[in-house]
Formats: sequence, structure tokens, C-alpha cells
Amino acid sequence: MKTVIVVGNGMVGYKFCEKFVSNVGQDFFKLVVFGEESRVAYDRVHLSGFFENGDAERLSMAPREWYQENNIELHTNERVTDIHRNSKTITTLSERTYNYDYLVLATGSSPFVPQMNGVEKDGVFVYRTIADLEDILAYADKIRKTVKRPKAAILGGGLLGLEAAKAVMDMGMEPHVVEFAPKLMPRQLDTRSSKVLQVKLESMGIHIHLSKATNQILGNGHVIGMEFGEDDILNVDMLVISAGIRPRDELGKSCGLKIGTRGGIMVDNTMRTSDPNIFAIGEIALYNQMIYGLVAPGYEMAGVAVDQIIGREETVMAAEIDMSTKLKLIGVDVASFGTPFMPAEKGHSIIFENKTESLYKRINVSHDGKRLLGGILVGDAKDYNMLLQMYLNEMPLPKNPENLILGSRGGEDVSFGSAMDLPDTAVVCSCEAVTKGQICCSVKEDGNESVKAISKATKATTGCGGCKPMVDDLVKETLKSLGKMVKESVCEHFDYSRQELYDIVKLKKFEDYDSLLDEIGKGHGCEVCKPAVASIFASIYNETANKQATIQDTNDRYLANIQRNGTYSVVPRVAAGEITPKQLLAIGRIAQKYDLYTKITGGQRIDMFGAQLYELPLIWEELIAEGFETGQAYGKSLRTVKSCVGSTWCRYGMDESVTFAIDIENRYKGIRSPHKIKGGVSGCIRECAEARNKDFGFIAVEGGWNVYICGNGGANPQHAQLLAEKVDRITATKYVDRFLMYYIQTAPPLTRTAAWLDKLEGGIDYVKEVVIQDCLGIADQLDREMQYLVDTYKCEWKEAVENPEIRARYTHFVNAEETDDNIEFVSLREQKMPKAWV
Amino acid sequence: MISILNTYEAVQPEKVVFWFKAAPVTKFPKNGGACVKYKEMQIAVFNFTREGKWYACQNLCPHKMEMVLSRGIIGEEQGEPKVACPLHKNSFSLKTGKHLNGDLGRIATYPVKIEGDFVYIGFSE
Repeated sequence: MKTVIVVGNGMVGYKFCEKFVSNVGQDFFKLVVFGEESRVAYDRVHLSGFFENGDAERLSMAPREWYQENNIELHTNERVTDIHRNSKTITTLSERTYNYDYLVLATGSSPFVPQMNGVEKDGVFVYRTIADLEDILAYADKIRKTVKRPKAAILGGGLLGLEAAKAVMDMGMEPHVVEFAPKLMPRQLDTRSSKVLQVKLESMGIHIHLSKATNQILGNGHVIGMEFGEDDILNVDMLVISAGIRPRDELGKSCGLKIGTRGGIMVDNTMRTSDPNIFAIGEIALYNQMIYGLVAPGYEMAGVAVDQIIGREETVMAAEIDMSTKLKLIGVDVASFGTPFMPAEKGHSIIFENKTESLYKRINVSHDGKRLLGGILVGDAKDYNMLLQMYLNEMPLPKNPENLILGSRGGEDVSFGSAMDLPDTAVVCSCEAVTKGQICCSVKEDGNESVKAISKATKATTGCGGCKPMVDDLVKETLKSLGKMVKESVCEHFDYSRQELYDIVKLKKFEDYDSLLDEIGKGHGCEVCKPAVASIFASIYNETANKQATIQDTNDRYLANIQRNGTYSVVPRVAAGEITPKQLLAIGRIAQKYDLYTKITGGQRIDMFGAQLYELPLIWEELIAEGFETGQAYGKSLRTVKSCVGSTWCRYGMDESVTFAIDIENRYKGIRSPHKIKGGVSGCIRECAEARNKDFGFIAVEGGWNVYICGNGGANPQHAQLLAEKVDRITATKYVDRFLMYYIQTAPPLTRTAAWLDKLEGGIDYVKEVVIQDCLGIADQLDREMQYLVDTYKCEWKEAVENPEIRARYTHFVNAEETDDNIEFVSLREQKMPKAWV
Repeated sequence: MISILNTYEAVQPEKVVFWFKAAPVTKFPKNGGACVKYKEMQIAVFNFTREGKWYACQNLCPHKMEMVLSRGIIGEEQGEPKVACPLHKNSFSLKTGKHLNGDLGRIATYPVKIEGDFVYIGFSE
């Protein structure tokens, strides 16, 4: 058995181990890993994520147990100090000696600290490891005691520097980025795109200082400022240096390996150093006279080293390494690929810039207009994958290449082809080097018919995840080409779509989840199919969420909205937002009694936050006594019908919008659906009720009501589309009855009406044919089914408070009277809010 | 809050030295969970009727440090019994505590036994 020693347990060192164990049987090689940090390898790229959750373990590449499970001997907190090439041994700081057959150096890099006076002062940090972050955090806490909003400078406006700026911003400090060059991210961005990024970052509160050469760091003992020149001083309370990296090549140097003039251990295309038994990978490897500070080439080097060691000698590093990158910097997409800057003699550039939207797109095209040479995207990088593929595979450009960044603007020239047009050799997942051919083959020959299965089989999408949409397309298109239906089954327990499940439940009259699962499903269910089936039972039998409580999402199970600290909010129905002074007083009294935070919702009602589980039935008992009903704010069901004040008061009103909205809200209240449904009624075309961004909306016009459907706000706002014009109230209601019922029966789980319509073949015209012309002959049935739901409504909170068995569910502990003492509140503008987690 | 997380450590069946008598079986909904208080700890106990088994784990979801797991939906993924946190649908194995749809750390799991219609949770101290 041969021994492979890996020095360095960073991202690339870990990737070497992962590729090694998946390629090599444990009988032939023993793997020993040394890491200088106390932590196992973690994701340095997303270091600033540490501040979002304070959880270092989330960043780790694999838990410590993973190394055990794969028989890897892992020594953390153990620095390798010497390599003895003659005896093929290494020694560590604790003076232990180990033999190797092959040695893999993956010691990475350390932050480069420029020479200047004052770097030794307190409050000057580098940004590289979790330990650095913890030091920064501790210092920040300390200075926050005397300064309310401390200022932190970040020296370096490159990729890492901007990440560090986000980190200090998340710590509640005022970030100041100081860059020597006249622009941000000088290696990736051209001047204009850099400016676009700068404006965007400044709007987010990050101060940017360009063309600044730091003379010295000021302060007596601890940093108080930076001096750039005479009278050019920036006062800061902390300084984080992030001015580049230097390879950690000292081990290679001391044992006499060949080193580049500016550092880095020289390797050939097999990743071997000048000693054939020693490999170097990642940021210490000097390949093609270059150090590659990106993860993807590092991973590729790890793969080459693995293959070389196990005798697959044909695997070598590509002669040219692609340095394309795409990342999200402080929430802003930034990408560059190929040759981002290009002198005019090599080709011409097409540039689109919109500073108000923080958008910049540039592509570089060869003089003959046939090839894409590179480009830059800021603000919107969704086209990056396809552009990168076109560049890498030298695919022919469309006739109007500007469409690649502007989108097709009419005419016949389509901007992008489908992912299927890529050559089989195209690398779709660059982190794991998976090609289009491998993915399609895995679908066709190994039966991996979902992104999940593909990622398990090929590891594609498991790195940065950026290729997911493309892999998804490839899977779907390949299945289509095989003549297979792309089946949208609900989850692994039911091989049916929601619509099919709906029909089965209805036809075979299933009445509970367990018998449905036993008869037509497999396994024991999950959090996807249980609520989906619960919704189907509710839509068919109008049963409340109380009946089968444990298959409901938590909000339905407890008939309230769970909030940040595990408390709930309470929303009584206030149909159309019309409320009497007496009801207002009642809500006020109850909210005060239970010390609830109150806020007016976007749906014109009142939300009361901060109720503990045991308080819910008590609160509802009082609300019901005052004449309120549940508002179903917790459900995938009808929420509210928003209204403007209408012709009863408004001098412009064409009709009584409030009356109509109250009737409609009471008609549909309690109806559960694949996703939430909202409605709106406006008394005139001024549209104060915003009916056109609701799932259904009515607008009063001369001669009747216009009916709109399938709009929504949310993450992808969409305007509702016109279903019928100038119809009377009864007709308008009937159309919406049918539309809602049809949607409830045919939509996939958790799909709003707008997304449902987008996917519906025939679109709005087809909906018109179904609900108005009755092309399917189901209109009568839809009417009957809707009327059944309307007639059998009951308030599920009334049911809950009156039934001792249901009431008993509302205790935090089953074995103690106490309440959850983990819940803490702090005051906020004379009310309260959950205490933030620190 | 991190100190709260550290109070939960998985207990292997062979390490149990004390069985805490938690509550009658009837207090736990079928195919659902409820929360048990033991000293300063909150333990989520699940009555997985479909499997004919009982499971217990910390009530604390390690994602946002909220005491909510007992209110989650239970189920199974490729045969692995799991609970999905009601806040953000992070799923954890009820057998090993492993985070199944992400890379949060493991949650602590505890042995459960049923004797004379009572639910007992095993602790190592």
C-alpha cells in the first residue's frame, strides 16, 4: 500500500481528497491530510456568509466524520514544517515524522500585506480565514462600545476586498473601500462597468476611494486613520487589508523545489513539481508562469494530480486555462469571460449601459462577426452560461450579435439557441468539469431523469450551482428527444402530478392521506406531498385543516402564521377592508390584553404578531365573541379582496366596489387552492385597489365590470389579463367561479395563477374558451363544485376553540405547564419585536 | 444562543443511563410530533405511526435557532425518516440527525422507548 500525503486542508486540498476516494479503492493507497487551521476545510469563497448566520460549520466542505468514513487520516492544527526529499518523509511542528510515496502540496496562499508604516497597529487585520473573521468581529464589538457606528476601511477593491466590505457592513460598520487603481475590480472589469458597479455599491452605503496610495497608517498603538498624501487623510476605526495573495511556497523553497521568480512552485501539465513524487495544486502552483486564484482551475488541478498518481497518465492540465467568473458581489451579479478587455485591432465591442438600473453588458466580437471573444456583465448575469458556452465552443454568432445582450427585439433572429445546440464536448459544469455529452448520456443510458439524479451521478451543479438552469434544460430536452413525457410528479411518494392526484381523490373518493398513500403511493410521505394532498382534500370536500392536522403545513396545522421566533400572528377577516369603529376597538382591546404587535397589512386588514402557541385559542375565543372569523392569512387559500371606496363615497366611482368586494370575499372565504389567492375590486379605471396585480380583479367601467385574472405582485410581478369586458356582476362572478375552480383542479402545487397561466398551453385565450365558451363542457360542473364550497364554509377557528381535543394541541410542552422560555422580545417604537439572534 | 445549541448532544442507545418518563402515548399525534421539557432542554418527540416507530431530537432548529422542530411535518426520503423544519423546510434525519437538504450541522437525536403506554426518552446523564 502506498501513502499519499496532502499538505493543506483548504478547498483544493479537500477536492483532491474527494476526487481521490471516489476514484481509488482504499486497498491500494492510504491518504494522510495535514491542515494548519483547527477547522476542517471550509468554503473560503463564501466567507462573508459567516456573518449571516455565525455558523462556521455551514461553511465546511464536509464534516469531520466524512474523513473518517473514507479512511482518511486527518490532522488539523498540525503544520508541516519540513520536507525531506531523500528519505521521502515530512516532519511537523510537533516534531512527528511521516513517510510518503507521493506528496501533494495544497498550501494555498496568504494575504499580501503591502509595505507601509503602521501595519502592526491594533485594529489592522487581514481577511482570509475564519479565525481572521473572529478577530475582526471581536475588535468590532470592542470599538462599538465607544463609537456608535465605527468606520472600517478595506484596503483593496478587488474581489476579496469587496467581499470583506460586505462582511464589515454586516457587522454594522460603515465600509470604506480604498483602491490603488483608478477603478474597482481592475482585473475583471473595464472602466465603464467598474463605474456602474461603483455607483450601485455607493447607493448601498459603501464608500469608495479610488487612486489612493496609502503612505502610512495613523494612530498611537491602534489605528485611527490612513494617510494617502499631504492633507489627504481618511479617519477609520479599523482597517482590513485585502490587497491580493501570495503563494505559501515556503515548504517548497526550503526543500529545493523549483520556484518562480515572483513565488509559486513550478509545475508541468501533470501538476508535478521539479521532484516527480511531489505535486503542487491550487494557489501555490505556478503553471504557465501564472498563479490561478480561482476555485475552478484549482479543482481541475486536483483532478489531474489524482489521475496522475493512480496511473491515468493521459489526464493533463489544459494548455489554456479559462479565467471566466461569475459571482454575486453584495447582491450584484458580476461576470466576465474570455477576453474581457480587448484592443480595437482584434475585434469590436457591443456595449449596453444603463446606470439607473445598474446594468452593464459588453461582448467582444471578432472582426468578421463570426466569433465571440469575451465580455463583461454587471447587474444581470443570467445570460452568462450561454455566452460562456458560445465563447468556449467557438459557436457561430447569430446575424445580429447585439441580440445576445439586448434580447431579440422582433424579427426572425432568435438570440439564443437551446442548450441542446451545444457540442457534446461543451463543459457545462466547470467546477466539476462535466460536459453536455456526459449529462445527456447519463439521462439516456443510466436513466437519471432529474437534476437531482444527474447531480448525484455526475456531480454537476454541486460546486457553485450556476449551471443548474442549463442542466435542467438538458435533462428536459433529452427526455423530450427520447419521446418521454417530462413527468411533473409531486414527489418521490406519488408518481402523479397534482392534477392527476386531484382526479384520483375525486373519482375514487379517498378521504384520508394514509389510505391514499397506501393505495396509489409508496413510502411514508414527506413535507411536499402531505400539504399538497391536504389542499386537494380541502378543495374537494371543504374539510378544515383541523381534521388531518399532521399533514398540514405548520401554518395550517395551528391556524396561524409562524413568525421569526416561533411565535404566531393572528389575522381576523375584515372583508374588503371595511371595519366598524366597534370592531376596531375590539381588536385594539384584545391586542393590548395579549401584548401583541399590530400592523395594517397590504390586504387592508390588521395583523397581530407575537402570540405564543397557548395564547392562540384564548385570543380567538375573544375575537369570535366579538363577531370575527378566521382570516385564513396562514393558508394557501383566499386571502383578501382589496377594494377602493367606490361610488358610495368617491366622486369618480362608477360602481359600488366595496359592496362587490365584500360579497366576493365572503363568497370565496375558506377556499383552499394550490397557492394563495388574492382579489381586488376597483370602482373606476384609476384602479386604486390594484385589482390588476391580483389573481382576480374587477374594475368598474361604463356599462359594467371588466374582469381580469392571473396577476400577482411578489417576486415576479405580472399584470392580470383581461378575461371579459363590460359584464354584469353575476356574469363576472360566474366567470371567476369557473376560472378559480379550473385553476384549483389543474395547477401544480405552490403555483400562483400567473405562473399557471404562463405554462398553460393556449394561455388566456384558452381560459376564455373554457370558462366563457365552455369548450370542455365542464362549466356546469365547475359551477356546482364552486357552489358546494361556498355553501359548506365554516370558520375553522370556531371549530377549534369549541372542540377540547383540538384546543389541547395548543400547548408548547406535552409534559409541562410552562411556556417556551426561549422566546424573548425587545421594544420597538412603543411596541415589541422578537429579539434578534446574535 | 450558541451555548443553547451546545446543550444538545446526541445520545446513542447503548449510552443511555437514564430513561426520562415524558408523557402518555396519547399526547402525541399520529404521524406527528410534540415537544417535551426535560430540565432546561426541549426535546421534539415524533410518533411515526406509519413506520411503527418513535423518534426524538432537539426541538431547536440550528438554522435560525428557533424551538420549532416538533411542529414540523415528518416523512421519509429514500427510506430515511426525517422532519422538515416548519420555518424554512430544512430536513433532518430522525435517525442520525444529519441535515438532508443542505450543510447545516447534525441535530442531536435521542433514543425513545414505550413502556406501559408511556413515552420515555433516553439520556446519558
